[in-house]
Amino acid sequence: MNDMTPTREQREAALEGMGCKRKRVEDIRFTQGKGNYVDDLKLPGMLFGDFVRSPYAHAKVTRIDASEALKLPGVIAVLTAEDLKGVNLAWMPTLAGDVQMVLADGKVLYQNQEVAFVVAENRYIADDAIQLVEVEYEELPVLVDPFKSMDADAPVLRPDLDGKTEGAHGPRKHHNHIFTWEVGDKDETSRAFAEADVTIKEMISYHRTHPSPLETCQCVASMDKVNGELTVWGTFQAPHVIRTVASLLSTIPEHKIHVIAPDIGGGFGNKVGAYPGYICSIVASIVTGVPIKWVEDRMENLSTTSFARDYHMTAQIAAKNDGTVTGLKVHVLADHGGFDACADPSKWPAGFFNIVTGSYDFPAAHLEVDGVYTNKAPGGVAYRCSFRVTEAAYCIERAMDILAQKLSMDPADLRIKNFVKPEQFPYQSALGWEYDSGDYHTAMHKAMDTIGYRELRAEQKAKQEAFRRGETREIMGIGVSFFTEIVGAGPSKNCDILGVAMFDSAEIRVHPTGSVISRMGTKSQGQGHETTWAQIIATEIGIPAADIMVEEGNTDTAPYGLGTYGSRSTPVAGAAIALAARKIRNKAQMIAAHMLEVSEYDLDWDIDGFQVKGNPQARKSMKEIAWAAYHAPPPGMEPGLEAVSYYDPPNMTYPFGAYFCVMDIDVDTGVAKTRRFYALDDCGTRINPMIIEGQVHGGLTEAFAIAMGQEIRYDEIGNVMGASFMDFFIPTAVETPHWETDHTVTPSPHHPIGAKGVGESPNVGGVPAFSNAVNDAFQFLGSTHIQMPHDAWRIWQAAKDLGAHG
Amino acid sequence: MSDIEQIPVTMTVNGKKVQRFVEPRTLLIHFLREDLNLTGPHIGCETSHCGACTVEMNGMSVKSCTLFAVQANDAELTTIEGMANADGTLSALQEGFRQMHGLQCGFCTPGMITRAHTLLQENPNPTEDEIRMGISGNLCRCTGYQNIVKAIQYAAAKLNGTDFQEAAE
Amino acid sequence: MIPGEFTYHRPSSVAEAVAILANHGDEARPLSGGHSLIPMMKLRMAAPEHLVDLGGIPTLKGISEDGDTISIGAMTTQHDLIDSGLLSAKLPIIAETSRLIADPQIRYVGTLGGNVANGDPGNDMPALMQCLDASYVLTGPDGERQVAARAFYEAAYFTALAPEEILTSVRIPVPAAGHGYAYEKLKRKVGDYATAAAAIVLTMNGGTVGTCSVALTNVADTPLFASEAGQILTGSTLDAETVKRAVAAAEAITQPASDGRGPAEYRTKMAGIMVERALARAAERARS
Repeated sequence: MNDMTPTREQREAALEGMGCKRKRVEDIRFTQGKGNYVDDLKLPGMLFGDFVRSPYAHAKVTRIDASEALKLPGVIAVLTAEDLKGVNLAWMPTLAGDVQMVLADGKVLYQNQEVAFVVAENRYIADDAIQLVEVEYEELPVLVDPFKSMDADAPVLRPDLDGKTEGAHGPRKHHNHIFTWEVGDKDETSRAFAEADVTIKEMISYHRTHPSPLETCQCVASMDKVNGELTVWGTFQAPHVIRTVASLLSTIPEHKIHVIAPDIGGGFGNKVGAYPGYICSIVASIVTGVPIKWVEDRMENLSTTSFARDYHMTAQIAAKNDGTVTGLKVHVLADHGGFDACADPSKWPAGFFNIVTGSYDFPAAHLEVDGVYTNKAPGGVAYRCSFRVTEAAYCIERAMDILAQKLSMDPADLRIKNFVKPEQFPYQSALGWEYDSGDYHTAMHKAMDTIGYRELRAEQKAKQEAFRRGETREIMGIGVSFFTEIVGAGPSKNCDILGVAMFDSAEIRVHPTGSVISRMGTKSQGQGHETTWAQIIATEIGIPAADIMVEEGNTDTAPYGLGTYGSRSTPVAGAAIALAARKIRNKAQMIAAHMLEVSEYDLDWDIDGFQVKGNPQARKSMKEIAWAAYHAPPPGMEPGLEAVSYYDPPNMTYPFGAYFCVMDIDVDTGVAKTRRFYALDDCGTRINPMIIEGQVHGGLTEAFAIAMGQEIRYDEIGNVMGASFMDFFIPTAVETPHWETDHTVTPSPHHPIGAKGVGESPNVGGVPAFSNAVNDAFQFLGSTHIQMPHDAWRIWQAAKDLGAHG
Repeated sequence: MSDIEQIPVTMTVNGKKVQRFVEPRTLLIHFLREDLNLTGPHIGCETSHCGACTVEMNGMSVKSCTLFAVQANDAELTTIEGMANADGTLSALQEGFRQMHGLQCGFCTPGMITRAHTLLQENPNPTEDEIRMGISGNLCRCTGYQNIVKAIQYAAAKLNGTDFQEAAE
Repeated sequence: MIPGEFTYHRPSSVAEAVAILANHGDEARPLSGGHSLIPMMKLRMAAPEHLVDLGGIPTLKGISEDGDTISIGAMTTQHDLIDSGLLSAKLPIIAETSRLIADPQIRYVGTLGGNVANGDPGNDMPALMQCLDASYVLTGPDGERQVAARAFYEAAYFTALAPEEILTSVRIPVPAAGHGYAYEKLKRKVGDYATAAAAIVLTMNGGTVGTCSVALTNVADTPLFASEAGQILTGSTLDAETVKRAVAAAEAITQPASDGRGPAEYRTKMAGIMVERALARAAERARS
């Protein structure tokens, strides 16, 4: 041994594997403006498509006259529903089992709905042409309030469903009813309520908002008529699903469709679905034979391509006097807009909302969700959360606070009393889930100690007294939130999208010189997969992450996967990567045995190669093994060193966390200032702590925005209000609080590397923490529940209603 | 095409002189992205709120979605493509964004770095509050800004030849 | 979001600009910083056929002192206003207000002239100019005239400015040395218009208010000069009862719209709170 031999630590560090704060490889191009986003793409002869949209929320379309537009030099075509009918694409199926108009077919159901698609030489001429398309509308009565959807005299929104009493998820009980979804034991839950010492009931609304990534939805569709091949570049969180849907809709064989998701400027659930812009671009390219680019503007994005939430949740809890919860009843009225275009796994009309029992051991629970139509944009996407999980977490976390108030218990203590205990895992919830692992008590106590919870409560009490004495006009709220997420959709036994099971995949090829290319079925939109996936592989096969190229988003080269949303990448694709890497390591072990002339059972894995048991000098590095795999593989063995893995997860993963928000509220203006925000996350094994922290910061910032004012509002005639960044609340660096992050580690027992996923936890746990802080601040004045969003005027209104303005 | 006359514009972009004829209504962002193929500056909101289109014009940070190209006639412009060091290595800011994990999806990054560049020209030693105010015309949906602030502090320290001390969490 | 077509003019003198405007009447619009007009054009809510870019007229820029008056050229940007040593010595409220307008990028191009001339009730400078009793110099084909800021605003986007006129400069009487001032603006976030805002300039003689003027932003379809509130405060010792009456007088003249910033009732109350807080800060400064 000479001094040049690297130590084990040095060899380990050289890999930059799991657990390392590896700097991101993506940043080299992004910091130089060399990212490759859809709108950066320019193809010869490319035309530009843009929509004529409805100014009305509900109207018949009686006439569309494009003749003046077509006279404008540079205008190539104006497509309407009539044109799309020729290719059977005037309507398209939604992920939720409904159908949706691509272009207005006789009527419009929400403001800014797509009416006609103008194709022109460039975006300037296209915009000019839009002004020249004449559309005649006949206004219809508008339905905005979901609570009035099922009134007997409510306007009929969907004449296409006339007489259809059976929907994709069972019977429909009204012309504007979509589905009823019921889970849990109703009788047992009713018994729990009958026997309860204490019950609470509250209607908790989660307002309509929007994921609004900084890059809007966009695509370029290019039909090669000679070879019959279609290529679509687009902002797709799930490129393979888009390919399958495009093939099913267009009847172009799937192998002749190439879908490419280049760099994506944020997704947050907005870029999961298929939108009319994609369909029209494809049709227009098929018609014209040249590439068509479609780029929505911000107003279009906020008002049409999906929304999130709009859940109105009536929660009831039954409990004993000592605070032990005995039953949970929830009814949800779900506003789906004009079409049910929810982006959920197909069998789950309300996503995984049945995680609503949260982190608590409810012996009985019952849930019923009614989905209804209104004259609003369709969507219902998982905005930085797993499917409807942030709604569920908000519902239970608010309800637990309300119960604590009724029992005069501290909300943290009430939670601790009812936590699922460490020895109960795997835990069967009353609404049907099997929680994989957790140690809630440790996480909660660590969080409370770090933030100084008891001292904060004492300070709050003193401030309340000072307020009562008229010495201050500021009050203080402490928001407690302890969430359990359910991510990693999902096991094929219960998760599919239009029939495709929700597995994910990885392919890893080790080149002769020991460097690697790997491809996955996922698609990063900022999560840094090019960095972190390489770290998993590096640890598993002992090749430095720097020598591993990760490529996603090209359906021609990547193995089939269901994409990136719902925090599924690490739980599903992350597992596929580890398993594919282990296949390579297994083969490498056989090659090494051959090279070292020993039995493979006589070898130990050691960081970056195999060594002979008891003789560590006799070793072969992965680099040497890779060369041998192509140069002199063992007799009878196939040459090469590559593997593919498709991973069907046995269960979801259940990340959890304890969040605390300390807020000071100016009662006279309603301005709330977040003094401290502490987030403890347990996402199991941590692949890259730097990236985890970044994800938590970002998710908390979105949670802050949503809780404190980010809203898509409609007026009473269905005009969408404030669909620009002037009104839609995206906080700047000035409003955004400082974040404190922390963690515990409870690995997932069923995941190959124990990782659970983290990107969405901060949104799921953050929203209740902020809302509970606002609500907590006003409790001492007699308030039970104040609805979100908590923008200044609504807080002021609440203060006024409570008599706090004197 | 329209009857409106195309207008000649001349400007210096990233140190290179360019001359083109443009329609008067051509927005500067489209001129940069479409005519000059400088696709680093992005379009995020189109209403001058998000700052993804930020470029430096005559030493000022401007939102190129809300300026006509003709208004930049005779101007000196620098975009993200002109931010790297002369030898092609990453500038202190570019390096800072990478070291401090000041970006995720990368879409706001060109505007953010370009803005931070002008900020540090005017104020080489900004406080955290000054940085937060200084980048308040640039929206980021991914990072929550905390690491962007650190990235700019990192760059300021590097440019000033001092050690960057990361604030204790 | 693409603007319609227009013919672009870049005059090099005010006379030339006025001539172009006079020639095209309603079909022409002057362009200063453009951050109000260009978004309107992108939404096709404004579609001028002729755009007259004032950026090429050097005489429209600059800040100068002439006796008891400070004159600011219309094309002087908010960034210039913040930077100006003269203003920070004589009229510090201008920099304080400018810092609350939009964001750093927009302040580099947003101009004082554009801010006061376009008649958007959300703009901050009009109320400030009313508070300071500024006059606007309007130049048209027949020469110059001056209109007081307090008489300039008629309704949202309607002002005393004729289509063929350009607002060329703003003249502000310098307040007494040692005056107190404050601009209080409640907004949802950086870049937003005010939910309500109040500008106050006052002088104190010992513990008594010598002079006091109050103006309000974005709580009506024009800026509001709250003359009664100012009169109530003048001569007072800023006792709680008087302040309460002044706040009520200010609130009484508001007629805010209900929008995403809040319902009218809230915005009226916030106007009152802004007056109260601006007053406290201004008095503090005057005494110090």
